[in-house]
Amino acid sequence: MIDGMLTTALALLAIALLGCIYRLLRGPSLSDRIASLDTLGICTLALIAVVSLKFQTQAYFDVILVLGILTFIGTVALARYIERGIVLESGDEMNDNH
Amino acid sequence: MIIIEYAVVGIVLFGAIFCALSAFGLVRLPDVYLRSHAATKSATLGVLCVLLGVFLYFWLVLDHISIKLLLGIVFVFITSPVAGHLNGRAAYRSGVALWRNSVRDDLHKKKSEAPSTE
Repeated sequence: MIDGMLTTALALLAIALLGCIYRLLRGPSLSDRIASLDTLGICTLALIAVVSLKFQTQAYFDVILVLGILTFIGTVALARYIERGIVLESGDEMNDNH
Repeated sequence: MIIIEYAVVGIVLFGAIFCALSAFGLVRLPDVYLRSHAATKSATLGVLCVLLGVFLYFWLVLDHISIKLLLGIVFVFITSPVAGHLNGRAAYRSGVALWRNSVRDDLHKKKSEAPSTE
């Protein structure tokens, strides 16, 4: 029964990943794709958590942590890129208003 | 013991249902701002429920408190709304159009009153 519930959770998360991939390929603007990429990373994180619960191992917890950090950094970098056209900026451009 | 196990796996299943609903909203909603509403709030709630369920399972059933997982929960809880906000701001500033049935746009007036340097 518990195994069945976990398999159902895995299937629901896989459906969520498919929805995110649909919006990632289809999305009209770049911001749609970034939002769906963020949700894709977050849902993958949940999927890995459920997998580690199903196998009863702690080996995947590092993956959860690193994937959370990388998803956040990727979203911030892409959002800055479409807002200003650059990702990292030098020191003398830091004081324009934003 | 078995009741605790069922309750914790129920939390995980609840979170997975929320993730699927947020992906449904991501597919069906008409606008990038409405879509980020679905993608940020409900996906964060779903993932937090899943991670909390896994943490409670490892704590109560397998008797192991995982600091790494707790750190992951706190990190997702802090950074996911920030990422959604940044993405929405970048979308507005790069000129993504609102849905045609949107009734209110507070930033539009402010932008025409005080033109920024960009």
